[in-house]
Amino acid sequence: MNSLERQKEVLAAASALRWEVGPNLHDSLMEALYTDAARISDRVLTRDDQQPSFDLDRTIDRLVTSRWLGFPLMAMLMAIVLWLTISGANLPSKLLSNFFLEILYPFLKQSSNAIGLIWWLDGVLIDGMFLAMAWVVSVMLPPMAIFFPLFTLLEDFGYLPRVAFNMDRWFKKAGAHGKQALTMAMGYGCNAAGIVATRVIDSPRERLIATVTNNFSLCNGRWPTQILIATIFIGSLVTPPLAGLVSAIAVMGVVILGVACTFLVSWGLSGTLLKGEASAFSLELPPYRPPRIWQTIYTSLIDRTLIVLWRAVVFAVPAGATIWLVSNLYIGELSLAEHAIQGLNPFGLLIGLNGVILFAYIIAIPANEIVIPTIMMLTVLSAGLLGVGEGTGVMFEFNSAAATAMVLQAGGWTLLTGINLMLFSLLHNPCSTTLYTIWKETRSVKWTALSALLPVGMGFLVCFAVAQVFHWFVGG
Amino acid sequence: MNRADLSSNCETCPAHHAANLKKLGVEMERYDYVVALAGNPNTGKSTVFNSLTGLRQHTGNWPGKTVTRAEGGFAYQGRNYKLVDLPGTYSLLSMSTDEEIARDFILFGQPDVTVIVVDATRLERNLNLVFQVLEITDRAVICLNLIDEAERHHLVIDDRSLARELGVPVVPAVARQGQGISLLIQMVAEVAIGELTCKPHRIQSESPVLKRAIQSLVEKLQVAFPGLPNARWVALHLLEGDPRMEEAVRSGELGNLFGRSALSQLEALPEVVS
Repeated sequence: MNSLERQKEVLAAASALRWEVGPNLHDSLMEALYTDAARISDRVLTRDDQQPSFDLDRTIDRLVTSRWLGFPLMAMLMAIVLWLTISGANLPSKLLSNFFLEILYPFLKQSSNAIGLIWWLDGVLIDGMFLAMAWVVSVMLPPMAIFFPLFTLLEDFGYLPRVAFNMDRWFKKAGAHGKQALTMAMGYGCNAAGIVATRVIDSPRERLIATVTNNFSLCNGRWPTQILIATIFIGSLVTPPLAGLVSAIAVMGVVILGVACTFLVSWGLSGTLLKGEASAFSLELPPYRPPRIWQTIYTSLIDRTLIVLWRAVVFAVPAGATIWLVSNLYIGELSLAEHAIQGLNPFGLLIGLNGVILFAYIIAIPANEIVIPTIMMLTVLSAGLLGVGEGTGVMFEFNSAAATAMVLQAGGWTLLTGINLMLFSLLHNPCSTTLYTIWKETRSVKWTALSALLPVGMGFLVCFAVAQVFHWFVGG
Repeated sequence: MNRADLSSNCETCPAHHAANLKKLGVEMERYDYVVALAGNPNTGKSTVFNSLTGLRQHTGNWPGKTVTRAEGGFAYQGRNYKLVDLPGTYSLLSMSTDEEIARDFILFGQPDVTVIVVDATRLERNLNLVFQVLEITDRAVICLNLIDEAERHHLVIDDRSLARELGVPVVPAVARQGQGISLLIQMVAEVAIGELTCKPHRIQSESPVLKRAIQSLVEKLQVAFPGLPNARWVALHLLEGDPRMEEAVRSGELGNLFGRSALSQLEALPEVVS
């Protein structure tokens, strides 16, 4: 008798014996489990009779998951976190960039002159790589060091499951899984992490929906872009005391648009490519736990902030070298970068952006974090603003938003460009790490391609539409 | 270190064990015992994991954080332990991938000790999983976590009675503050070495008919899959008509599953993406 026959025999015996033991075996076993659990817990558990008349957990839950207050409270918490991040990150950002650009950069330049470094090596190493790294550290570190601990505190406290609870109804309507709210929330930290987190969703159909739509959560690489552009173009529309608040609200608007896109695309996918019913699941609302503040700050600094920062630096350094090279390699009269910018400009202007922005997004595919410095550098280059910036192909950061605004306006930027850049930063292809993660998790070229092309397509459409409306109202 | 080193009074004193713990992080070249961490979602498995290994596995107050395999190690009294953080599950009925990962590991990976982390504020519901794990393995330790939360909700749990009822050691703990962790380590070590033998609670209601049916199926299973651990458990689930078990028998996968050592079971778990 071979092993296959023996296996068959086991199954045959099992189904024969199943008749003998009766059809309710599973139920009676489960019942026995529950009876024993109840018996034992009755025996070992004593309840203090003095139940407090006021239950704090219940009261908080009633507020944060209420039909009327749930969403406004969620938006308010988000706005507070953003506002703290925007207004708190300013000063340390300035200090860091002062240190890197006004102390360290001249020092490095002098040293390289002193040892007689070849001009192109000096350019690639210091003007390209070092400045890219300096920019990423000074612009990303402070907001991340504020945003991540705040987010982790909320997570530690137990707020995330309540968010999932509030959003469940909407996800169900969109034909998606309620746990997608959790993966979405993870995406606000990092889309690649959010995509790994979709493993909590059992149904492959709903997991794919969550994977494709995760990009609509602004990741930490895009927060600085949103915050900076909102400060320059939207915050400046009002008087200074209100500027911080108005900028925070503008960023909130982009976040809410992202959530709307998540629902819309989920709904669209579950009606077309990924047809099916939303599956049921049970979500436990865990008790609130007082967060351990110092421990949370420490671990979120170590685990999230520094790891994410390191990744950004790793990607920014070669990108810095690339930028320097494309701006210093000439074909005919123009550098490679200028050729590309001029080629992309007509299409860019059509959708209310410009060639610089589109080219910056191509260079910055490895990491969203370096979009803004790339844009700044390319703007200076193409607008020929002599006397501003450090030189051809040098990435730099201005110490104040006002100086940045000056350069951008000289480069032909308008309010429309700012708004559309914020929109395009939300709606464009995920970074290469995220794409690689999608491929690794789904093992499907098709879904990876869709995850990349769908948001870019949406970005082009939305920017085009906004540009048309803007021109219609404002003229020009 | 060998056994002789333990002879000094200080070393054998239970109060000494915190100093004996060496957190090894992920640096686990060789190990003497494999310890699995099981439990319902959001009971603090990852927190227990972190305090034992010194790693900083992401923790947070929401169910379903641990989706990736997490392993780490610690050394205690000269022995190396490999610790595996399993995904949190409400049962081992393999309704989903994470339940299947957890079940296959406990069932076929045969960890030397399974630590079941239990939420003290949700004792009755958590006991369901405890029973299901105890059906599979004899060597388990209960970590009765979040007793501070239980106190806040005016719940008092008699951990000694619970240990008596379940037949395995019960360690009350507040993992977030590190309370109870050293006792937990000691219990894990005692169960692993075999100083402490458990007599776990088993479901009582077994009719004579069922007993006979299980018996005859176990014999058949042992012919088809010589050396199969937990044949009784597999037999019971075949009788229940568990489709996953039937499939494992039909395809012969059952043989592959238990044929692997605990270590290669680990490799079958999803990889961490970093």
